[in-house]
Amino acid sequence: MRRPRRPLFLARLPYRRRRLRDAARLLPVFGGFLFILPVLWAPAAEPGAEAGARLLSSDVVYFFGVWAGLVAVSAAFAPGLATTQDEEEED
Amino acid sequence: MPFNLLVLACLAYVVFLFCVAFWVERRAYAGRFGWLRSPLVYTLSLSIYCTAWTFYGAVGYAARSGMEFLTIYLGPTLVFIGWWWVLRKLVRIGRKHRVTSIADLISSRFGKSNALGVVVTLMAVVATTPYIALQLQSVVLSFGVFSNAADSLDAGQTAIWVAGGLAVFTIIFGTRNLDAQEQHHGIVTAIAVEAVVKLVALLAVGIFVVWGLAGGVGAMLDRIDASELSAWTMQPGRWTGLIFLSAAAVICLPRMFQVMVVENADEGHLATASWAFPAYVLAMSLFIVPIAVIGLERLPDHANPDMFVLTLPLHEGQNALAMLAFLGGFSSATSMVIIEAIALSTMVSNHILVPGWLRLRPQAAVADDLRGVVLNARRLSIAAVMAMGYGYYQLSGGSAALASIGLIAFAGVAQFLPAMVGGIFWRGATKAGAMAGLLIGFVTWAYALFLPSFGPDAVLSASLLAEGPWGVTWLRPQALFGVAGMDPLIHAIFWSLMLNGTAFFVISVLTFPSPVERLQGAAFVNVFDEGSGAPRRWSRGEAEPEELLVMAQRILGDEEAQVLFESEARGQGKTQSLLPDPTPEFISTLEQRLAGSVGAATAHAMISQLVGGAAVSVGDLMALASESAERAEHSAQLEAQRAELARTAGALREVNEKLTRLSVQKDAFLSQISHELRTPMTSIRAFSEILAEGDLPPEMVARNGRIIHEETKRLTRLLDDLLDLSVLENGKVTLSLTLSNLRDMIDRAIQASEQVKPEREVVFRRDLMRENIFLRTDADRLTQVFINLISNARKYCEAEFPEIRINLRMRGGRVIIDVIDNGRGIPKDAQSTIFEKFTRLPEEGRAKGAGLGLAICREITENLGGTIAYLPGQGGAAFRLILPLRLDLGAQGQGG
Repeated sequence: MRRPRRPLFLARLPYRRRRLRDAARLLPVFGGFLFILPVLWAPAAEPGAEAGARLLSSDVVYFFGVWAGLVAVSAAFAPGLATTQDEEEED
Repeated sequence: MPFNLLVLACLAYVVFLFCVAFWVERRAYAGRFGWLRSPLVYTLSLSIYCTAWTFYGAVGYAARSGMEFLTIYLGPTLVFIGWWWVLRKLVRIGRKHRVTSIADLISSRFGKSNALGVVVTLMAVVATTPYIALQLQSVVLSFGVFSNAADSLDAGQTAIWVAGGLAVFTIIFGTRNLDAQEQHHGIVTAIAVEAVVKLVALLAVGIFVVWGLAGGVGAMLDRIDASELSAWTMQPGRWTGLIFLSAAAVICLPRMFQVMVVENADEGHLATASWAFPAYVLAMSLFIVPIAVIGLERLPDHANPDMFVLTLPLHEGQNALAMLAFLGGFSSATSMVIIEAIALSTMVSNHILVPGWLRLRPQAAVADDLRGVVLNARRLSIAAVMAMGYGYYQLSGGSAALASIGLIAFAGVAQFLPAMVGGIFWRGATKAGAMAGLLIGFVTWAYALFLPSFGPDAVLSASLLAEGPWGVTWLRPQALFGVAGMDPLIHAIFWSLMLNGTAFFVISVLTFPSPVERLQGAAFVNVFDEGSGAPRRWSRGEAEPEELLVMAQRILGDEEAQVLFESEARGQGKTQSLLPDPTPEFISTLEQRLAGSVGAATAHAMISQLVGGAAVSVGDLMALASESAERAEHSAQLEAQRAELARTAGALREVNEKLTRLSVQKDAFLSQISHELRTPMTSIRAFSEILAEGDLPPEMVARNGRIIHEETKRLTRLLDDLLDLSVLENGKVTLSLTLSNLRDMIDRAIQASEQVKPEREVVFRRDLMRENIFLRTDADRLTQVFINLISNARKYCEAEFPEIRINLRMRGGRVIIDVIDNGRGIPKDAQSTIFEKFTRLPEEGRAKGAGLGLAICREITENLGGTIAYLPGQGGAAFRLILPLRLDLGAQGQGG
């Protein structure tokens, strides 16, 4: 009851901003999943193991690839989130 | 490389940093901030997360444990790209409540309790002092790398020089003024410069390694696969646990809180930092694995992997590069130590030294120059923190035990996490809960991780480690409750945070918070509700404004305090006086300003000393809540009333239109009726005059007499109708109820109306079967209704072959009778008035009749307990008559 009534439906632009916030909230969840995913992989190859096993270099490439991807997505989100600072807030 | 050159470069670098900080302070003092407050500087200052431990140690970590070093960066990355969850709220709270440190945040959230502030401060000091020692050690080690052959370098001496130099730098730039928001532009900019230096240094070494030594990216990847690092296997528990731990630490570390929240100049900067900081740490860790791989490959076996960043370029004869790397490591160490010292000293002075001083000398709050006291307390604290760091370094003897202290410190500060995150998201969190959680978490951490880290028999005896205290095996420090076989670090994190969080939650649920706690809880959790504003923390101001001003001047400085008081006085509408009234709002504002300098708990204590313990009570809280509830209800009521008014206005407008139309019609009718009355009267008068003259042939007399008779009959009929109508309207009609056949009534009505326009042939369409029902009603009156309706139809239906349909339906004890002709019907705008008296359609003027027929019909049907209405859309004029099958006289009481 303390909370001022908020409109049930929004115009196109505020609607997009809301969804952008949702995406920004979910991003670390996806990031966490991708970072912890290797736990489920088969152990990396012992040196001299037969071909087909995982290589350390591919692990390196995987982690930095995911990492760079997260940075890029987050950079794409940032301007849209920063402009909404002054408008009404939720939760 | 000559060692002296190294020392010279180092000194030159320090002087350069001094100049940067000094110049920036000058700029800031002049109010020219410009790029000083840019998101770039903010992001770079956040890089103090990367200390010397990460600059040098990450390579060593990678050489020992493969990819695990990444977890230290992945956690913060997740926290920053998820800034919308926690960081945004932290920064908003920090700015709104002028939080000065993490201890201040927790103490302020839980009712400005200084006890909590003290506990958090002590925990932070215990957990991070070894970390400062680690930085000193790394600097000493890096000096040692260069000096190994040249001079005999006293490690202890280097450490004391570094510690002393850093203390001087921090004191000069960290305690220049008691800034309202604890911001240190000079230091932050110097830190940003150092951040660039360490990034450039590490990237330079990395590029040299990959392209200079390994021969390109492809070759580098091959060497990675060939190296001993690839023997590394991921331990799921450590991997996940360390990501979580570093994520918690990046929020909870005092130095990170300092640059992230306290030094934040603009919330918008966080949006940039959300991706730029992860990008920074990505760049910092990009070449860690290559450096480790090549270092292991090329350097002798006994080389310390922690120093590969330095020794590898030196080994390859790249002295300039080694110098750059050295400066990078030096930057990492110094920037961390400076900010950590500022953060810790703020906490120590605001929560321990100043409150202690005020307790010893209660009158000091108004009498002494507190600014000096606070600043000196802070200088003292900085020196003490440095001294403790140095002392710890000396004690531990620069041993390898220090290397693991990074993660141990992380685990220590992570104990703040439940109280902090719980405090800003959960209003139910209480001071007792926070205190219990912090203490239990801290004790568990110390027992299971910190003390054993010194090694067996150092603090905890080996037998205690192996068998538990008094032989209680389930209390063994590294296998609590029988959980053996877990990695000791993960084991300690698991149990300390588990017990911490549980105690925090359970005690919070069981205890009842004080009013100030509840106010602060609401203000913190709902920080984004703009409407809530600054909560009233004082029920009634009894303080002397002058005393308040004196106290504010002691803390804020004369000018700033006077400006604040004057603007508040203007805000209260006082144009002359400098002193505002001590309203609760004003006192809360003042308290918040003071909190920015001395912390919330001290500010609260000082104000309550002057105000005389008039802090808000539970009753005030309830009053506040019901006040706002009342306001909300009041506005809801207003809204409802407004809607009702709008509805009433609409109805009134409709009625008004109808009245206007009726009035026009009535005027028209009055002239019509006078005409109607006048015409027979005129002819009666004329013919009676002729008769009075006599001398007339008898047939003439008879004719005139007949005319007079006809005219009087017409007059009588007109007057009868009017009388009849007024009787019906007044409800004084007496009904003679009988059981009569509807078909008979309609038959009679058709017969009776045949005299109207007898020349017209009208076809009737009826359903004789259905009409054959008996109604209990007044048959004569009802017949009159039918006569009127059918006569009207005969009179006004202009079709070539007029036709009248009479439909009949039964529904729920009522009979519905429609009388429909095939004429043009009644125009829409006239439909609403045809049942009014004296109404005649415009083109009907020529026809006979006074416009009373339908009015009489309506009155009769209402008296018979039914309704009559015009039925549009039937292809002609249509009237629907609804009557009860059995009229009960008792039920028509409303006929009035």
